[in-house]
Amino acid sequence: MHKDYTGAKMGMWLFLFSELLLFGGLFILYAVSLNRHGAAFAAAGQELDWMLGTLNTLVLLTSSLTAALAVSAIQQGKAQMALRCLWATIGFALGFLVVKYVEWGTKIHHGLYPGGAELAGREAGQMSFFNLYYVTTGLHGLHVIIGGLVLGWVIIKVRQGKVHGGDFVLLENSVLYWHLVDLIWIFIFPLYYLVL
Amino acid sequence: MSSAQNAHKSFLQAPGTGLASWIFSTDHKRIGILYLCSVLSFFLVGVSLGLAIRLELFAPGETIVSAQTYNSLFTLHGVIMIFLFIIPGIPAIFGNILLPLQLGAADVAFPRLNLLSWWLYMSGAALAIASLFGGSGPPDTGWTFYVPFSAVTTTNVSLAAMAAFILGFSSILTGLNFLTTTHRLRAPGMSWSKIPLFVWSLYATAWVQVLATPILGITLILVLLERLLGLGLFDPAKGGDPILFQHLFWIYSHPAVYIMILPGMGVISEIIPVFTRKHIFGYKAIVVSSLAIAFAGSLVWGHHMFASGMSDTAVFVFSLLTFIVAIPSAIKVFNWVATMYKGSVSLAPPMLFALSFVFLFSVGGLTGLVLGAAGPDIHVHDTHFVVGHFHYTMFGGTGFALFAALHYWLPKIFGRIYNFKIATLAWGILFTGFNILYTSMMILGMRGMPRRYYDYLPEFTFGNQVATAGSWLLGAGVLLMFANLLHGCLRGARVGNNPWAAGTLEWTTSSPPPVENFLEQPLVERGPYELGGVQIS
Repeated sequence: MHKDYTGAKMGMWLFLFSELLLFGGLFILYAVSLNRHGAAFAAAGQELDWMLGTLNTLVLLTSSLTAALAVSAIQQGKAQMALRCLWATIGFALGFLVVKYVEWGTKIHHGLYPGGAELAGREAGQMSFFNLYYVTTGLHGLHVIIGGLVLGWVIIKVRQGKVHGGDFVLLENSVLYWHLVDLIWIFIFPLYYLVL
Repeated sequence: MSSAQNAHKSFLQAPGTGLASWIFSTDHKRIGILYLCSVLSFFLVGVSLGLAIRLELFAPGETIVSAQTYNSLFTLHGVIMIFLFIIPGIPAIFGNILLPLQLGAADVAFPRLNLLSWWLYMSGAALAIASLFGGSGPPDTGWTFYVPFSAVTTTNVSLAAMAAFILGFSSILTGLNFLTTTHRLRAPGMSWSKIPLFVWSLYATAWVQVLATPILGITLILVLLERLLGLGLFDPAKGGDPILFQHLFWIYSHPAVYIMILPGMGVISEIIPVFTRKHIFGYKAIVVSSLAIAFAGSLVWGHHMFASGMSDTAVFVFSLLTFIVAIPSAIKVFNWVATMYKGSVSLAPPMLFALSFVFLFSVGGLTGLVLGAAGPDIHVHDTHFVVGHFHYTMFGGTGFALFAALHYWLPKIFGRIYNFKIATLAWGILFTGFNILYTSMMILGMRGMPRRYYDYLPEFTFGNQVATAGSWLLGAGVLLMFANLLHGCLRGARVGNNPWAAGTLEWTTSSPPPVENFLEQPLVERGPYELGGVQIS
């Protein structure tokens, strides 16, 4: 059956728009809260580990590179190469999640989470900061997991020979999704780790 | 049986008639009928809840239910009518069935995604129904889920919010599908200026669905997290703000009003030229006004919050923008009226409903301006005037447009037609009951009766009794109309391909259409409203 590549990609882009707006709601809340609790946000922002944040940014940027290389490889019919790139991407995704786990784990250990003893004792502005931090990075982390699972599913399709040099829109769309995950992090990182 | 043989058969017969051949079908027409059955069933549930609300308000004090049950009644009436009936109504039923037919395509761009949308819709609906039972009672927040109450009430708000989230996802996927279909699957010769206006309205709606719904999604997630994990983004004690909830909620929910009304306007733009035998007046103006409504309608959400506390500047801006949205809506009304001028008007049932739409929507639109102006809004905010107003736009607008669409397109879909006399009678009862019910509400509101109150002062008794009597007429009209339509679809007289002598592509194929929609690829050489020479067939 005839496949409409342009149509498939258009559908994916529209889906990505809706994802951007999902996060958009959180960025609006960030903007308003920052405006209200500027000093508290600055103080709370110091508690995030910018080294780990930078590390994760590098990890995700590299994963986007390997994901893009997977598309180039499959276009040239190099299925094995594409598979290796996809595995690397999933590896970086896991690395990202491990770093995130360390970050969250340390804070939760100190009671610095919604409902935790430490956060309950902080001033309202700092509570607002950490609430937003957990929701935004949590939702983003969920997207990392979903993106990793989708890429895993594409690996199965490539191995079955259903995604190949002549029909790779599934791979291309999944990689587009992965770039979105990366893109959203590019906004989260400076807003939470750097500018405060 | 080979698919080639099936291609000539009606979609009602092929590929089979078993339940599985329907609920797992990727045929857009079958999915449309799945929506037709489910959406209209929920509509009847919503009507019953509405009638119960009116019955409770027949006399002051407790009449048939307790105050807590009353809160649940209006919450569920709202949730079901908004999320299960009006939002999916026209796009999911008639959009699904007609978008590919009007474009001359074999199906939508993503047929399997389309089926997934229906399953998501049904899952959301199941959750909404589940929230009625168990736990500590059905939700009692009103359909708007306002914090802080929604964050602290012990009723099943979490389930209902989850249901709305899933229904939103279904709505996004439908919108995405329709946008891609419109861009990619138009028949040869169908340039953007030859697209039927119903498709244009679906197209504008789909953009709002894709771009606005995620905001509701994240808002509901935050309410859920507040309930489940004690997150406090809307809680002042934790540095949050309940007003932020209202902003986020209305950033979606006001554009959602246009998700509801735009497809209805599209239906009316199809029906009026056919039943006046004239080319639509101002095709481009209607297209542009649809897009303008979709765009400007996304910038007016603040007018729901004039009484919640916002700066004078914000009030001024939102009020001004609200008035600006009225312009493209009015352009459409003038276009419809101008189309009828010197036309050969036939008052067949679809046209009766379309004409009532124009009238009722105009009343709803003009009373909307009373609310959009900040001064009067403060006085009638949260009164029955608001309830009357939005029922004129939502029910008198979208509801009547859906009824018009049922009378216009069901003969195409089932190949059979209903009884005209009964349809006209049902319309008369419905229209009379409607006006008695909601006009009374507006008068009551002007005199100060608040909305969502269980009890009222004795001087409001007469008005409430008139309204309740109107609701009985309305209910009777709805039942008679549905009985007539159901009988028509199953046992009515057979009709040919084009019983109304209409010019759009769906009327060129058989009634009911074959599985593949068109046996030959249609070629579009004339505009959708060039009716000269089009005959009943």
